[in-house]
Amino acid sequence: MTAGSLDGVVASKEILIVCGSGGVGKTSIAAAIALGAASRVGGKVLVITIDPAKQLASALGLEEIGNSESRVPDSAFKEAGLTPRGELWVAMLDMKESWDSLVLRHAPDAETASKILNNSLYDNITSRFVQSHDYIAMERLFEIHATGTYDLIVIDTPPTRNALDFLEAPHRMAEFFGGRLLRWLTAPYRAGGGRGARLVNFASKPFYQVADRILGTQFLQDIAEFFLNFQSMYDGFVARAQVVERLLHDRRTTFLVVTTLESAPLREAEIFCGELTKREFPCGALITNKTLPESFTAEAGAEAGAALIANAHRLAEVLAETGVEALADSAIDERVLRTVGESFGNFSVVAAREAELRVELQAWIEGELVNVPSLDADIHDLSGLAEIADHLFT
Amino acid sequence: MLGEPDGSEHDLHPEELLRGDHETAQEPLLPELLKKRLLVITGKGGVGKSTVTAGLALLASDLGKRVLVVEVDAKGDIASKFEHPPVGFVPVEVHPNVSVLAMDTEASLREYLRLNLRIPVVGRIGPIARVFDFVATAAPGVKEVLTIGKIAWEVRESIAGRAPWDLVIVDAAATGHVVAQLGAPDAIKDLVSVGPIRSQTEWMTDLLADPAITALNVVTTPEEMPVSETIDLVARARSELDVPLGAVFVNRVLPELFTRAEESAFEALSGEAVRSQLESELGLDLSDGVESVLSGARLAVTMRRSRAEHLSDLRAAVDLPMLYLPYLFTRSHGVRETRVVADALSAEFGL
Repeated sequence: MTAGSLDGVVASKEILIVCGSGGVGKTSIAAAIALGAASRVGGKVLVITIDPAKQLASALGLEEIGNSESRVPDSAFKEAGLTPRGELWVAMLDMKESWDSLVLRHAPDAETASKILNNSLYDNITSRFVQSHDYIAMERLFEIHATGTYDLIVIDTPPTRNALDFLEAPHRMAEFFGGRLLRWLTAPYRAGGGRGARLVNFASKPFYQVADRILGTQFLQDIAEFFLNFQSMYDGFVARAQVVERLLHDRRTTFLVVTTLESAPLREAEIFCGELTKREFPCGALITNKTLPESFTAEAGAEAGAALIANAHRLAEVLAETGVEALADSAIDERVLRTVGESFGNFSVVAAREAELRVELQAWIEGELVNVPSLDADIHDLSGLAEIADHLFT
Repeated sequence: MLGEPDGSEHDLHPEELLRGDHETAQEPLLPELLKKRLLVITGKGGVGKSTVTAGLALLASDLGKRVLVVEVDAKGDIASKFEHPPVGFVPVEVHPNVSVLAMDTEASLREYLRLNLRIPVVGRIGPIARVFDFVATAAPGVKEVLTIGKIAWEVRESIAGRAPWDLVIVDAAATGHVVAQLGAPDAIKDLVSVGPIRSQTEWMTDLLADPAITALNVVTTPEEMPVSETIDLVARARSELDVPLGAVFVNRVLPELFTRAEESAFEALSGEAVRSQLESELGLDLSDGVESVLSGARLAVTMRRSRAEHLSDLRAAVDLPMLYLPYLFTRSHGVRETRVVADALSAEFGL
């Protein structure tokens, strides 16, 4: 099987959206792609991460920086034995800060903005809003792309329970603000003259009847008041959500789906790739991450493993005579030889299954199928990311 | 501290990092876990939460318990781990004595209205549910309360003998969301000063806080992110929740290949001279293979070592009983895997 690579994708696209279910290594892959692009292709490359592991953040020099972009120094490249051809920039997505600036931009006046920002429901709502994290990520992507500062932007997507959520995010955000439901909920207030008005038709509508039974009148009023203010941002939000959605459909944008070869993430990745196709979003590559090295499926290895076990006793006696101190005890040597052979056999079972799955994936995937084997250590610096990049590019 | 670990850590053998004192100090606590009525299982995405949940359910059913598994994210994973098609809000027996229900907040609302407020909502829940969905999205805690409410209700009914379950196991939301979920009945009291929902949540809080009934458990793997999320979660659960903590399930622990003496022998085996002697003993045609086998074993040893370091961080930061589940070298992802996990859990529980 020929190994796929991201060479073509990186050479032809401007925006790479890295997605996949939780725990598959999206963030490391996104960072490695950006590093690979900066050190192989050149230009200005930005990676936007969401919630990097501490060691990865430190590898990228991300400890001090916040929502704004900062450049990974050339010294970090040199320490890792790399020569940058271009510039690598990183930014971390701060949800709270991004939301605040969104409100400030779209609110009709400073008073409304401050009413929204100071409402006790604001934090709670923005952190749970219909796919709010997804929307914020897309919004920020748009904002940065529009500045024309970067040749390539790689964005890590938020951990969602459903990878599809952020495809829908701009649309849902627009729908949410334009929806009948929001009008319905806030209608009694607008009709009654805004703040403090009583819910005139309260008892007549089944919704209010039910909602009042569950939540209580006061709580409902608090919510409605908040949304009344929030709704003043409608036009700005909807217009923006539409442009953001167009950017996702642009031919310069492509999606990269990351998965491990475990059943649950793989199933999710398959569903996600199918949905991308259905919605006419381009899928540039499927990246299978944390797989076992192909050496475990080598025929020669299986033979050698079996031979080590079968001849363990005889070999151990030879080893004990070599004069190497650590090998002096032939009983220990024999156990080691057996263990080594058995361990290989164990991993081979898993590696064989993984190889089989990759063949199946190759049959239906439209873009490239790229494989990244498990690294035996954590990522401490750029060289760890460079090792991943070596598998992503040829 | 984020650079290379210093030499002293390398000198520690993985065996010592891994085992520590858990067998002696924590042993008596563990079977207690299976006597609870409600086990909530959380963990970072991708660590094998559903696998552990399914294994635990199978083990409990082996012990003669009637188990209800509640799948909160409703991806259909649990049923598939018993080779059963996805289930809905009505519990379905997917294996003898193991029933599964998938959480559905709309169905939960309907049930809640029927049971608690005596509002019959037949058929025409559609428009109301859409509006409700909107309010629930906006109003913090409402969806969570409906989720927790349904779970707590099943537990309360089973304790009263009106539902058949001896144990309810929840495949809960991931670490990022579970605190908000379990804290919802309590949080809503701060937001809603009066109203029926307030009184309706008090019994849930009591049930969740009862250490004889409830335990919150975390699944992790010995890797950086899952371990740091587990440490954060345990700290947050202690400070923000009144829910007793149970155990940490450490999943995908790689086997210990070598004792210290064996590891020295293995190191010597990889030396150039020794290896070529080994190869010539076996016949030259196998030399590539021998190299693959040795590098395979080396990968297993180093992977385990870096994992052991994360595990020792976890053990230093979290004083909960730990159960270790092996990395599974199986072909299957279905009921066969669930069986292997159940057996491994049984051994860890000392049963």
